Amino acid sequence: MSFISVFDVIGPNMVGPSSSHTAGACAIACLARKMNNGTLKDVTFTLYGSFAKTYRGHGTDRALLGGIMGFATDDIRIRDSFAIAEDQGITFTFIPNDTDTDVHPNTVDIRMENADGRVMTVRGESTGGGKVRIVRINQVQVDFTGEFNAVIIIQQDRPGVAAHITKCLSDLGVNIAFMRIFRESKGETAYTIVESDERLPDDIPLRLTVNPHIHDVMLIQN
Amino acid sequence: MTDFKNAEELLELCGHRQQPISEIMKQRECDLAEVPMTQVHERMALALEIMRQSASAPLRSPVRSMGGLIGGQARLLHGRLESNSAVCGSVLTRGIIYAMAVLEVNASMGVIVAAPTAGSSGIVPGLLLSLQETYAFSDEQMINSLFNAGAIGYLAMRNATVAGAVGGCQAEAGVAAAMAASAAVELMGGTPQQSLDAASTVLINMLGLVCDPVGGLVEYPCQNRNAAGVANALTAAEIALAGIRQMISFDEMLDTMYHVGKRIPYELRETALGGCAATPSGCKFCHT
Repeated sequence: MSFISVFDVIGPNMVGPSSSHTAGACAIACLARKMNNGTLKDVTFTLYGSFAKTYRGHGTDRALLGGIMGFATDDIRIRDSFAIAEDQGITFTFIPNDTDTDVHPNTVDIRMENADGRVMTVRGESTGGGKVRIVRINQVQVDFTGEFNAVIIIQQDRPGVAAHITKCLSDLGVNIAFMRIFRESKGETAYTIVESDERLPDDIPLRLTVNPHIHDVMLIQN
Repeated sequence: MTDFKNAEELLELCGHRQQPISEIMKQRECDLAEVPMTQVHERMALALEIMRQSASAPLRSPVRSMGGLIGGQARLLHGRLESNSAVCGSVLTRGIIYAMAVLEVNASMGVIVAAPTAGSSGIVPGLLLSLQETYAFSDEQMINSLFNAGAIGYLAMRNATVAGAVGGCQAEAGVAAAMAASAAVELMGGTPQQSLDAASTVLINMLGLVCDPVGGLVEYPCQNRNAAGVANALTAAEIALAGIRQMISFDEMLDTMYHVGKRIPYELRETALGGCAATPSGCKFCHT
């Protein structure tokens, strides 16, 4: 069982009204932003389940947009995130999806398009009390919560890539708490997620991308 | 390493070390989160500050909620207190005012501290801030009492649930009131056993309460239930402080609260398909 802090009970400090529909939504988008290397130009949020039904009254839309701009759950600017996004030149769309019901009741797909044309889609679930998890990156099922510092590696599914990753991390003195590999199918794109208690060295991406089978590396620090 | 899995172990620790619940919970946080005491203390001081802000702002400047169902209630109640016509007396009336104020802030996208959830965030600050005003407790004592409340909420999260979607309002407002009652007992000089008896009393008295928010929004009847949660907490604290024991322990009540919650129909667990949400008046805000 994972550690329940007193600040999970007396907390989170958050902009209301709902820990799952507002704070959780903000936290998912904040994670998505950290996963996206580059300048965000356009974002589309597709809302499922209870998110789709009640997003306006819960400020889920403002919280998502605030999170994608890097606002924390207790940042009062969430209220004005529509205007702030417009100022920053970020275009945004919200699409409620009432037809797909085979998902967690508080689910959102976040499609991020950068100024350079790169596109990334992240699916997140708000699991209650402000807790969240990311369950899909592009087409690959993953599972991580952002509670730890994490490095996400997009790679080709080839022999030796995982060994290269662990070697690099070991050379940098990183203590791995959890490490998991997810893949589309054999030989295709795979995602490695490594989580650590400590802050991760900033030169991890540089070291890892020496291997030609590693396409991209994202560092997600708390 | 200070840790406990249930109320029984918590009581043993308190007895063995001759320390209040708040002190055990603080030590647990330092040990398990591996952070120094000063940092833990500062973080709770910030929570107290946010609680105070959110409990007082709507008395001066009420705002309409996002869903438009609430706004201005705290100021109306405060007017009655100011003119000495409040029928509940000052401790309970203040508690109700603050609890409803926090829910107004929450529903209008202001900053609050979830305790344990946003929908039940008025009860703990409501009762504790009212007691501080009446009995002039120091902020130090207030911060300690929040650790006591945190211990009760942690046990509920660990061994039952605090999600309305899983266990109904008894899991949200019920647990919040249990937290507030236990913290109030410690503040008023009661023993750890009395704190847990008070928490148990609240769960007994709020057992089975459903979660049926009108329009699916954290507004109505949530705000009223936060006020009622303060009253339940205060009642339970008074009973415990008088030395009246409860035959059912807090551990047992958490267990039964969870099982009752699981048996609450889906329509009455935050889906807005039953209860108040499905009344003709409530259904004007139904989602088609």
